[in-house]
Amino acid sequence: MENKKIAFNRRDFIRTSTLASGGLLIGFNLFNSCKEAATPPVDVSKLNFNDFNAFIKIADNGYVTIFSPNPEIGQGVKTSMPMIIAEELDVPWEHVTVAQGALDTKNFTRQVAGGSQSIRFGWDALRQTGATAKQMLINAAAIKWNVDPATCTASKGIIKNANGDTLGYGDVVNEAASLKVPENVILKEPKDYSIIGKDAINVDIDKIITGKPLYGLDYTADNMLIASVLRPPAFGQKLENYDATKAKNITGVSDVIKFGDKIAVLASNTWAAMKGKKALEAKWTSDTELESTAFHEEKLNEILDKKTLDIRREDGNVDQAFAEADTVIERTYDSPFLPHNCMEPMNFYANVTEEKVHLVGPIQTPAGTANRIANLINRKKEEIHLEMTRMGGGFGRRLYGDFALEAAEISDKAKKPIKLVFSREDDMSAGIYRPAIKYRIKAAIKEGKITAYHLKEAAINSNMYGLIPNFFPAGAISNYKVETGNYKSAITTGAWRAPYTNFLAFAEQSFLDEIAEYLEIDPAQLRLDLLKNVKDGEDERIQYSAKRMTDTINLVIEKSNWKNTKSGVYQGFAAYYSHNTHVAEVVDITLKNGKPAIEKVTVAVDCGIVVNPTGAKNQIEGGVIDGIGHAMYGDFSFKNGEPNDVNFHSYRLIRMKETPIVETHFVENELSPTGLGEPGLPPASAALANAIKAATNRRLYKQPFNNQLNDLKA
Amino acid sequence: MNSYVLKVNGKSVTVNAEEDTPLLWVLRDELKLVGTKFGCGIAQCGACTVHLDGIASRSCVLPVSNCEDFEITTIEGLSNDGTHPVQEAWKTIDVPQCGYCQAGQMMTASSFLKQNPNPNAEEIREAMHGNICRCASYNRIEKAVALAAKKMS
Ligand code: FES
Ligand code: FES
Repeated sequence: MENKKIAFNRRDFIRTSTLASGGLLIGFNLFNSCKEAATPPVDVSKLNFNDFNAFIKIADNGYVTIFSPNPEIGQGVKTSMPMIIAEELDVPWEHVTVAQGALDTKNFTRQVAGGSQSIRFGWDALRQTGATAKQMLINAAAIKWNVDPATCTASKGIIKNANGDTLGYGDVVNEAASLKVPENVILKEPKDYSIIGKDAINVDIDKIITGKPLYGLDYTADNMLIASVLRPPAFGQKLENYDATKAKNITGVSDVIKFGDKIAVLASNTWAAMKGKKALEAKWTSDTELESTAFHEEKLNEILDKKTLDIRREDGNVDQAFAEADTVIERTYDSPFLPHNCMEPMNFYANVTEEKVHLVGPIQTPAGTANRIANLINRKKEEIHLEMTRMGGGFGRRLYGDFALEAAEISDKAKKPIKLVFSREDDMSAGIYRPAIKYRIKAAIKEGKITAYHLKEAAINSNMYGLIPNFFPAGAISNYKVETGNYKSAITTGAWRAPYTNFLAFAEQSFLDEIAEYLEIDPAQLRLDLLKNVKDGEDERIQYSAKRMTDTINLVIEKSNWKNTKSGVYQGFAAYYSHNTHVAEVVDITLKNGKPAIEKVTVAVDCGIVVNPTGAKNQIEGGVIDGIGHAMYGDFSFKNGEPNDVNFHSYRLIRMKETPIVETHFVENELSPTGLGEPGLPPASAALANAIKAATNRRLYKQPFNNQLNDLKA
Repeated sequence: MNSYVLKVNGKSVTVNAEEDTPLLWVLRDELKLVGTKFGCGIAQCGACTVHLDGIASRSCVLPVSNCEDFEITTIEGLSNDGTHPVQEAWKTIDVPQCGYCQAGQMMTASSFLKQNPNPNAEEIREAMHGNICRCASYNRIEKAVALAAKKMS
């Protein structure tokens, strides 16, 4: 059902033209906001991603190139999105090349969806485009043969008619380009898929394994200088004065430029720029209190202790249910700030000249960033040319264009092409962190049932957004309330892989485990029982599906041998819906010298149709281990506005020997695909904490866990 | 600036650099061999791993002035065409996510397998423990090292 509906105005959404070099070019819009008159160019080097945000070229040998300017952060969309087009177009995957669109285009203002959203929004558009192109090729062949197109079929790049005659796509591609775009194309049934659902290896694999330049840090240009920036060491500080004499004496250093409260050292190579930065002597001042972790603790606790906060969802009568309860259970959960630590430190190239502003680098939000740069350096938006590179990780950090703005400002002042490069220390200390958050959750229990649920969120700077207050267990408990409040801090915060849910899931899924223990029922069964109270579709704010979640939980129960494992193996369970995907996880741990060793994580996922299983599993494996790693070791604190850790010698990331085997199982259905970059992460830390409780009888309410386990002995 | 003669990927090259410049930045900035990555600069993450006479070494803390006597191999020189068994295994297993750490991972793995062609699971995990993958592709790295060992034997 869902796979067949046609909801596009094709006239605005797809346009074709014949290429000067031969072949057909189709421009289309993934997000469906095409300007009326736009027509694709006749020269692929002139692709205009402002009019269309993706293109297919079918060459006259039948080979297909898919151009997409979609940045690759590491979630595999550069592979999976073209797979969807190739499926409907019906060409062998081996005949498909995926090219990053030519990017240096005028007024580059395409909107980019966040990681886990790309597939969801692209699904219909990509299939429609592939199917439309295929129909046009069939129509062109039918005209050649003088037969009814309805009597022709196409498969694997070959068109056939009822007489058994065949033509390759390449044979009719020029004729097809001049035909009208057909209106009602038929999409394939999922059972007929031959590319979707089969493993396709990352399209950039050969470049990655041979070390080709791909990333922002690899970019270079003539006369380019490297910029290294000294920023205020503490959040809340300002630059009073500085002395650059020593920095300027370093061989290779050419310029020292102050901008705002920062100082850039420009040099002919990266090492000299970094040395120059270290040699700067600066004095800093502050007129406000410089915040430390203890201060944040106090502020967040004050928020939790307030009688009311901003009410984000309220059902039934929570106060009355608490007044009538047999028992009230209340717990508080605690998480630190977290830096993103993309493996590739932040960087950006900028060349601001009289004629234009040329920017190149790893960024997830090119449009917004280009606009902000235009404002910052007082240029017209049309003068900004922004190119994206592959990204050495994102995790939310590259949504923020701060580093691109810095690069543009430095180049504007220096009148030279520069590449701004963060050291790891810069990257960790000039972060836009996952905010420190506390949750206080309270449940009323009466006659063995949860009768009320009340959650308060206290966060640094901002709170859970969108529909998150309506995530499970909203809808499953009749008296229900979510309230939020925040403290505005000088420390910059922002999105971090699975924003808010990355810790909210820990709090709620740990809490439910404790409730199940109190009620003496199996924790997975408690979730299944609660889901029985939810009628899908009844409350439009509730986006999770009780049915899909139930199926997902049942799958993980089966695949993990839940409560049925070898002796000496302790299990913990969690299930969570986020980013439109339902996930359930069971963590298996053993004890080594009394300390937990994380052996295995069994994951069940309902993400609809799995486009590229190898890529999908890679995302889940990464998300789960990322969630476990940060829950175990992610400790990031401040002293007088300065982070206590700025590099990997003291800031600990999970490494090989600490990683469990992740085993992923997909719920099979024919529903539209949903995101995978994020939803594996949120339940992982709760499933781990619940397993640790099972093994050691120790409940964890605070991340990171590691320093709370040191005293455990055999 | 001093002048140094280095042997990189089988070729002899002359570079001008300050003596304390880490090999990493000489490779990247001067020789434009950007496959070797910068991750931490303090020998903690392994992104910058290259071979010195076949031994995996952290190029971010190796002053260029100490490198003249060694055969330096970078990811670009691991094979001519991406067919080193480690590279092939990385492809078969579809290891990379963002891919940024993977050159360092492959250089660590290839040097390790030369010393220990028949490692067990424990030894593989031990050998790869020094290389961070922020995307946490660890399960696949482990599998790919095992597969490469099989291909090489
Ligand atoms: S960059 Fe050399 S070990 Fe991290
Ligand atoms: S693949 Fe991204 S850091 Fe390893």
